[in-house]
Amino acid sequence: MAGALSSMAFGSTGSAFEARAATRDPAWVKWLILGLSLSFFAIFIFLPLVAVFVEALRKGWGVYLTALVEPDALAAVRLTLIAAAIAVPLNLVFGVAAAWAIAKYQFPGKNLLTTLIDLPFSVSPVIAGLIYVLVFGAQGWFGSWLSDNDIKIIFAVPGIVLATIFVTFPFVARELIPLMESQGSEEEEAAVVLGASGWQTFWRVTMPNIKWGLLYGIILCNARAMGEFGAVSVVSGHIRGQTNTLPLHVEILYNEYNFVAAFAVASLLALLALLTLVLKAVIDWRARRQQTKRTVS
Amino acid sequence: MSIAVKNIDKSFGTFKALDGVSLEFPTGKLVALLGPSGCGKTTLLRIIAGLEFADKGQVFLDSENASDRHVRERQVGFVFQHYALFRHMSVFENVAFGLRVRNRKERRPEADIRKRVDELLDLVQLAWLRDHVPAQLSGGQRQRIALARALAVDPRVLLLDEPFGALDAKVRKELRRWLRNLHEDLQITSIFVTHDQEEAMELADEIVVMNRGRVEQIGTPVDVYDRPATPFVYGFLGAANVFEGRVEGARLRVGDDWLPLRTSSAADGAAVTAFSRPHDIEIEPDKADALGVKARIHRILNVGGMARIELHGAHGGNGASPIHHYEVELPREHLRSLALAEGQIVRLHAPQLALFPAAPPVTPQ
Repeated sequence: MAGALSSMAFGSTGSAFEARAATRDPAWVKWLILGLSLSFFAIFIFLPLVAVFVEALRKGWGVYLTALVEPDALAAVRLTLIAAAIAVPLNLVFGVAAAWAIAKYQFPGKNLLTTLIDLPFSVSPVIAGLIYVLVFGAQGWFGSWLSDNDIKIIFAVPGIVLATIFVTFPFVARELIPLMESQGSEEEEAAVVLGASGWQTFWRVTMPNIKWGLLYGIILCNARAMGEFGAVSVVSGHIRGQTNTLPLHVEILYNEYNFVAAFAVASLLALLALLTLVLKAVIDWRARRQQTKRTVS
Repeated sequence: MSIAVKNIDKSFGTFKALDGVSLEFPTGKLVALLGPSGCGKTTLLRIIAGLEFADKGQVFLDSENASDRHVRERQVGFVFQHYALFRHMSVFENVAFGLRVRNRKERRPEADIRKRVDELLDLVQLAWLRDHVPAQLSGGQRQRIALARALAVDPRVLLLDEPFGALDAKVRKELRRWLRNLHEDLQITSIFVTHDQEEAMELADEIVVMNRGRVEQIGTPVDVYDRPATPFVYGFLGAANVFEGRVEGARLRVGDDWLPLRTSSAADGAAVTAFSRPHDIEIEPDKADALGVKARIHRILNVGGMARIELHGAHGGNGASPIHHYEVELPREHLRSLALAEGQIVRLHAPQLALFPAAPPVTPQ
């Protein structure tokens, strides 16, 4: 009661935490915590981001652009786009299916599935790559069968796509599971009682309710698919112009002391990251606006 | 449209939700499934709708066995406890949903759909909310939209799960009256689930009292209230005073006290549990050798049209509870003329006693 009163009195001047006498900290504590987090942010996050663009443009726009349109760089861009274009839709379908299964059905092994979905997050990407080498590589389980049938997976595009799928596997599902669980299945039941087919129920009732979460998951999934280094590095073989994705291309250029080109290509990835953040913020904002529009009439 | 269920069994794991339930619901009537939570009433409703399948037994809709029919094909109207309105659709689109999802052959032209939805919104008196989304509506409004949405598909039967459960007391009362009138106009066979006996009494043509997955009694509200078939029904339908004792001639022996019996269905010497409603109990000052159960007035609540008196049995309770509670209701003038005071010892008489065989045998004294 007293809390409610004091938050009414001070509510407009600060957060509830600061407004309440019980939780208000002395000014020096506040500034210490603020200073700590801001300087940490500046040194470890903001400075490197600025450095990427500064280094990339050190020798001017001409050199910067040449580094980007060079054939090997273009090939890397193309491969990165291909890997993302295959991995993201597949993980979209998988993510929706897994989230649906976990949120709406009861089945044995449900908890195990929920846990295993996070495996790509908890395992080192290098190990993820190695698994595919062990399974599909020349000395691997299916290696001789694959080479007999003239199918190349490791050190080729399919391996890169597989590794990308593995590491980006949880994003969509992770985003949707809590959302779908919180929404329950009453609306779907209502739709079915009213005569809707399973397909109609999904598109007309389930989909509109999860679309913002889904979009959010897709964007994060895409960012990771394009930026993945470790797993892809193991299976790629680093063949210039053929099996190099953007992050791998950056590494090669850097190892060759071609810093400007390396940073120029890296700046593409940094821009992708910034774009992802902007899209994320826009989606957040739109989803929240829709919420408030619904609750405040 | 008549509905019947035969020998329905349903278990969830080791919990038996329904145990051999057979019922017939008369055409055009409003029937209440009444019982405490966990008694299986909602499960039964969902089985009739097809949202749940029985382990055993059949569901008949219009004397056709619908047990294996998918919920989609049963053409029932279902109103969910929390309404389950489609949160991203306007009120209009919510009501139109059932008409829009029909396959091309059965779907009516857009103009017809619009006309029908507008009619339904008029029926529930919420046409002015047609462009709002569910989150902007009050609980009572959501309830009425959920009803309009269910009616849009011309259901053969209307099923309502705790229709007033999530509403505050005042809105609940209004909506009850409104639903009763609507049912009288539409005459559609309806079943609603409730745990509130007052709601069942006020709304239903017929009440099915359920307990632990079984039907305890079926009857009109007057039937089940005045002639409860089991001790459970007696206790569930209203406040009850319980006297445990033994029939001895034309009297009931309760501990050291005696209650005269007007009529008795129980044999002489039988151990019985006798029930009486608070307003059926008569109270008189204690006199030596008087009949009636001795009790001490604990509290007098003199509020409202009827005064309520809470009493404790003078001889203590049975083994289970140390104090035996009694409750008496009487008109306030009557209370004044009796001049009762808290702490006073009185005698209770129960001219209207319902006798049931005692559940566990009473230990002989």
